[in-house]
Formats: sequence, structure tokens, C-alpha cells
Amino acid sequence: MLMKKLALGAGVAALVGASVLADTQPVQAEDSLYIPLTTYRTGPFAGSGTPIANGLHDYFTMLNERDGGIGGVKLDVEECETGYNAQKGVECYEGTKGKGALVYNPYSTGITLQLIPKAPVDQIPILSMGYGLSATAVGEKFPWTFNVPATYWSQLSAIIKHIDTEDGVKGKKIGYIYLDVGYGREPIPLLDELAAEMGFEVVKIPVGVKEMQNQSSHWLQVRKERPDWMIMWGWGAMNPTAIKEAVKVRFPMDKFVGVWWSGGNVDLRPAGASAKGYKSTNFHGTGTGFKAIQDIMEHVVSKGKSQADPENVGDNYYNRGVMNAVIVAEAIRTAQKITGKSVITGADMREGLEHLDLTEARIAELGLSGFANPMKVTCEDHAGAHPIYIQQWDGAGWHKASDWITPMVDKVRPKLEKAAEDWVADKPDWQMGSC
Amino acid sequence: MLYRETGQFKTTYLADMAIFPIRQDYFLMIGILLFAYVIAPLVMNDFWLNSIMIPTMIFALAAIGLNILTGYTGQLSLGHGGFMGVGAYACYKLTSYFPDVNIIIHIFLSGFFAAAVGFVFGLPSLRIKGFYLAVATLASQFFLEWAFGRIAWLYNYNDSGAIEVSSRTLFDIPIAGASAEPVTRYFVVLAIVTFLTWIALNLVRGRFGRCWMAVRDMDIAAELIGIKLLPTKLLAFSVSSYYAGVAGALMVFMWLGAAEVESFDINHSFLILFMVIIGGLGSILGSFLGAIFIWNLPVLLRAIPDMIGVNIGAATVEHMTFMVTGALIIFFLIVEPHGFARLWQITKEKLRLWPFPY
Repeated sequence: MLMKKLALGAGVAALVGASVLADTQPVQAEDSLYIPLTTYRTGPFAGSGTPIANGLHDYFTMLNERDGGIGGVKLDVEECETGYNAQKGVECYEGTKGKGALVYNPYSTGITLQLIPKAPVDQIPILSMGYGLSATAVGEKFPWTFNVPATYWSQLSAIIKHIDTEDGVKGKKIGYIYLDVGYGREPIPLLDELAAEMGFEVVKIPVGVKEMQNQSSHWLQVRKERPDWMIMWGWGAMNPTAIKEAVKVRFPMDKFVGVWWSGGNVDLRPAGASAKGYKSTNFHGTGTGFKAIQDIMEHVVSKGKSQADPENVGDNYYNRGVMNAVIVAEAIRTAQKITGKSVITGADMREGLEHLDLTEARIAELGLSGFANPMKVTCEDHAGAHPIYIQQWDGAGWHKASDWITPMVDKVRPKLEKAAEDWVADKPDWQMGSC
Repeated sequence: MLYRETGQFKTTYLADMAIFPIRQDYFLMIGILLFAYVIAPLVMNDFWLNSIMIPTMIFALAAIGLNILTGYTGQLSLGHGGFMGVGAYACYKLTSYFPDVNIIIHIFLSGFFAAAVGFVFGLPSLRIKGFYLAVATLASQFFLEWAFGRIAWLYNYNDSGAIEVSSRTLFDIPIAGASAEPVTRYFVVLAIVTFLTWIALNLVRGRFGRCWMAVRDMDIAAELIGIKLLPTKLLAFSVSSYYAGVAGALMVFMWLGAAEVESFDINHSFLILFMVIIGGLGSILGSFLGAIFIWNLPVLLRAIPDMIGVNIGAATVEHMTFMVTGALIIFFLIVEPHGFARLWQITKEKLRLWPFPY
């Protein structure tokens, strides 16, 4: 009885004590650049989320270690675990925005959608690099959201272009297997339109989050429908499962193209050599053969300051994280140059992102020659229709399988503008920018 | 001694029927309301209001709903996450069809849509009992999730499949949408939750509540004393889903600002059920205690390493939160299987005798 009382008392005391303590939230140091990272290393999407989190984290740490931050100001990076859950993402946002956050990289279309209306109010920009709401590319309507280097719609048009040059898309049947959330549904309107215009047939196969790891029925449908090509918009545990199932139903792997979120080394490793020939889009290099990545190895990974396994550095998603960190870092630099301040605010960061101009020369200066194509953001276009390439799995790693493909700007841009128009239409007091 | 009601004589029937017949309870309640309405908005920052107070109250409201069904009427439901979704989507459709009507009216109206859906899924409850009913409500959860994802009309054919809240005002003050201050949203939620809690308190101690409890305790006996089973059970289903629906509408419009199907998945149904079980079946107070415990424990655990200055990764904290929350739930259930409400009752009885227990 006494034990029970003691234990209960201790439990209650701990709760009360902790709640008192909870009030004293640490205040960020004045002279640092605070970058919250909403990452996920838990849950069914951890396989995709962890390497990206490592890439982001390690590049920023490397800048701190090698250069002492950006413009002499240290970066203060804090991770907040979202588990790819929109609700938790919002909690992370609310919990960190007051600490002087410069930019949010939500890494989930669901979280991005929730943050888009909050960004102009809190004056913190959102950088959804190659994901999120496609319409946010229209800078006049969405001054606070950026999705450089390309929207999902640009990307889809590039994939269709690739299929067209390889095989001729007219009269073909194309299967579209996608994760049945906002992210996977996003490209469907353009896909339908292109199908009507270019004369191909589309078979849509949605995969619910619950069925991600059990796709045998979906691939049975693929076998029945016999599409000529397959396009995948998958994420997390959906990717390796789909690839394994595709191998099982003997779908020709070189006619199976994934979005750039369906091309992680982690996704392909379980299938290994049997998935040889699988394609996915990309906009940056893979591997460790770049000076900046070597610097990360030297200053961060080899000193035990990273959570990444050294052999996974240079994986596709790891480099994706690095690419994202490069864009953030360059935007901070641009903002510092524009404002003349070394410690910037979210509003300054928005200016920096909007004037981002990653030239060939600058990319070389960063030690990333050949890593990425030049990127430029303008006030009107927050994504830019930057070229994309197709990479192919050779059983152990990726290699480039196409030239840089320019998306169908003429088809995509009017659709983006219309979508942005629709989005803004029912929000009478939406803050628009002027270009 | 502290809780002794000796000397508090009731001279009118009205006094005898008060919600809080004991003076101590009455003053305690005034204190809590004073805290919620005056002190909390004054001292709490946005993080506290937005991540702790608002969600706690919304989940408490949903838990009251489930408690009416499970705790008072004895019908187990695993579909309340879905019923919350019905409220949220109904409110979204109402605001897009009638944008000029005030959002608070929409929130109250959306509960009726949830009640109607709850009514339909409650129909089998006359024949199906216990665990079998739980399975039937599980079916409603899956059906509703499917509907939210597949029926494009529900989310106005958005490309993203998500519902988003645009700005809404009351007396020219924004109360919903991104430009609404957390404090204003807090007051709206608080007012609605207070009002509906007051209704629930009166419902469960009145004729309906007694019918529900009679059905819960033994449905054959209840039938013999003249309670019609089907209307009673269906009323419980409807009222319960109404509460869940309002909670769902509040969740999207006053807290999250946007929602997808995943916001109303089976995990939410379980979350609310856990709140009811931990808090105490058949107790309105328990619904609040359960919501406070289940919602805030992970928030608290996540904050602890930061406070004591230990630097561990966000993912590790998340894993630890899962384990510690689970362990604490088991611990509290072993200490008091009837939930926090019972714990409070025991405390009250002890306080009555304190400091001279016999």
C-alpha cells in the first residue's frame, strides 16, 4: 500500500515538476541563424526521411565547422520529428516559429499545405524543394512559398517527354501508381490532360497508406491491364514494396519510371540486382565525388558529428538533403548581401529566396561542379522550369540515363496559373505579392 | 475536513438539484473557470495555447462524446475518429455553400451531420452487442475514411485532396484561418466546450442519462421497466456523434487550419477511446482528465530532454516518448483501473476525513 502511494506520489510529482519546468523554454542566442528542420526518422516513411534529414543536417554542420557558419554567423539547426504526420508537423511549426525561424522545409506535401496560409502571417517563407503544391510556383499569388527547382507538374511532363522520345507515347497505355495522399494526387489533372492531348491511355492505381507494404493486389491489376509504361509517385515504404512487386510480376524495369521521391538507394537495395534498369528522375548528382560532399566527410562524418552511416553518404536522398541545404544556405547568403545584415529575419530570407541565382560559376565555387544544373528564382516564377534528368539503377548504384530534359513549360505554366487562381479565388483576404 | 459538506443545508429544490451541490465543488469549478477564462490567456504564450490548451479541449469534447456512448450507455465505438471527420467535412462544405453565415453557427450545425451519420451506424446496435458492435463501428470508420478520400465533392475537387480553412470573422475579429490569433481561437473553443460540457452534465444526470445508464447496466432490466431500447441507444449514438462532430469541426477550423483524410484515421478513434478509458468511463470529469493526460504527456516528454539540457536527437526523443507514454498508461491503469475520475473520487473521500482518518 505504501509502495503504491509512493509510486503514485512520485508520478504526480514528476508530472507537476515537469510542467513547471516546461515554462522555461530556451531562448535562441541573438547572433545565430536559426533553421528548424521538420524531419522524420520514425514511422513508415523513415526509410526515405532519414537520409534526407542527415544530408540537411550534415551540410549545415559542415558550414559551421569549416566556415564558421554563413557570413560569420553560426547556424543553429534544430530537428523536430514529424513522422510525416501533418498534425505533428504543425505542432513543430508552432513550437519553433517563435525562435526566429528563417525558413521551413516541411518534407511533406500535407505539412506544406497546412503551412502555406500561415507563412504570410508569420512572415516565414516555406521552401518545398521539388514537392508541395505545384501552384505555389506562381510567385505573384504565393509570395511566401518556393518550390524550386521544378513542380510536380513540370516533372511529370518531363517524364512523359522521356517516354515519348524512347518509345512514342501515342496509343500507349501508361500505368500511374501513386501514394493515395495529397502528394500522389497532385499530378493527376495534368496527366489526364496530357493523355487527352497526346493520345495515350492512363490506368490509375492508388495505394493507400495502410496498403503501402502489401501491394500484391495492385500489381495483379498491373498484370491484368498490361500497361506499356509505369510511372510511380511513391514515398517511404511504398517504394521498395512496389519495386519488389514489379520484379515479381516481371514488369520490364526499364519501362518503370519513378518520381524523384521514388529513387532512393534505400528503395532499390532490397530488390538489388533484380531491379536493374529501374528509372527515376533527378535534379542533382549522386555519389561522393564532389568536393563539398568530401568536406562533409572530413569535417562532420569522420568526426562522429553525423547520424549517417559513412557508407550511406552520397546516396541519392542524402544528396537531396545536401541540395536542399545548399539552396537554403545560398538564399541566406543572398539575403545577407541584399540587406547588408549578417543576422537576418524570415522576411529577409524571403527576399533571399526570391533573388536566388545559382549560376554555374557559383556551383563550382561551392565545390559542387556537375552536381546540379544552374537554378534561378524570379518573383513571378518560384519554381522555374529547370531541366531534369533520368537516372537508371544498375543493381548497386545510379547512373545518368538521359540528357537534361526541359519540362513542357507551355503546357504546365498556364495550368499552374489557373490552379493558383482557383486557390486564391475563395480566399478574399489572401495577401498577394506584386512583381 | 477540506471536503466535508456538514452544515451546508439545502432549503430549496433548486439548490438540491444544482450541478455542484457541494460548496467546495462549486468554488473549485469557479476557480477552474477563472483560470481558463482569465489567467490562462494572460500568462500563456502562443505555443501553450495552440499546442496544449486548444487541442486538449477539443479532444476533451470528443472524449465527452465517446463517454456518453461508451461510458454511460455501454456501447463500444471505434468509429469516433470518423465521426469527427464527418463534422469537419460537413463544416467545410457548409462554409463553402454559405460563406456569409458565421462560422460558429456552422460548427454547431455540422454536429448534426455527424449525429445523422452516427444514427445510421448506430442502427445495428439493437442486435449487435459488445465486441461485435465494436467491429461494426470499425466498419463505419473504414467507410468514412474511404469516403473522405474518394468522394471529391467533399473536398471541393481540390487537387490536393485536403480541406483548407480560409479566414472567418466574428465582429470583424478573425477567429478562423491563419490570421486568427491563438488567443481568439482559444476563447472560441473554450466557450463552445464550456457550453457543450454544461449541456452534457445536465443530460447525463437527467432522464436521458438515467435511461442510458439503465441500458448500460442491464438492458433486459431496462426494457422491463419501460425503457425502449432502440430509441435510447440511437439517441446515445446521435448525441455522442454530435459531440464528436463539433470536436472535429473545431479541430480543423480552430486548431489545424487544414486537414487530410489522415487527420481522422483509426488512430484518432483509438486515441479518444484511450482518453475515455484512462480518464474514467461514465464520467464527464474523466473525459477532461483523460484528454489532458493523453494529449499532454507526449508534449511534455518531448520537452523534458531540452529542459534538463541533455542533447538527444529528435527521433530518439520520439521513440522514448512512445515507450514512456505506454509505460505510464499501464502504470496508471494498474494503480487505478477505473481511471483518473475514480482517483479523484478517492482523493475527495480521503480529504473529507483528513487529517483524522479512521
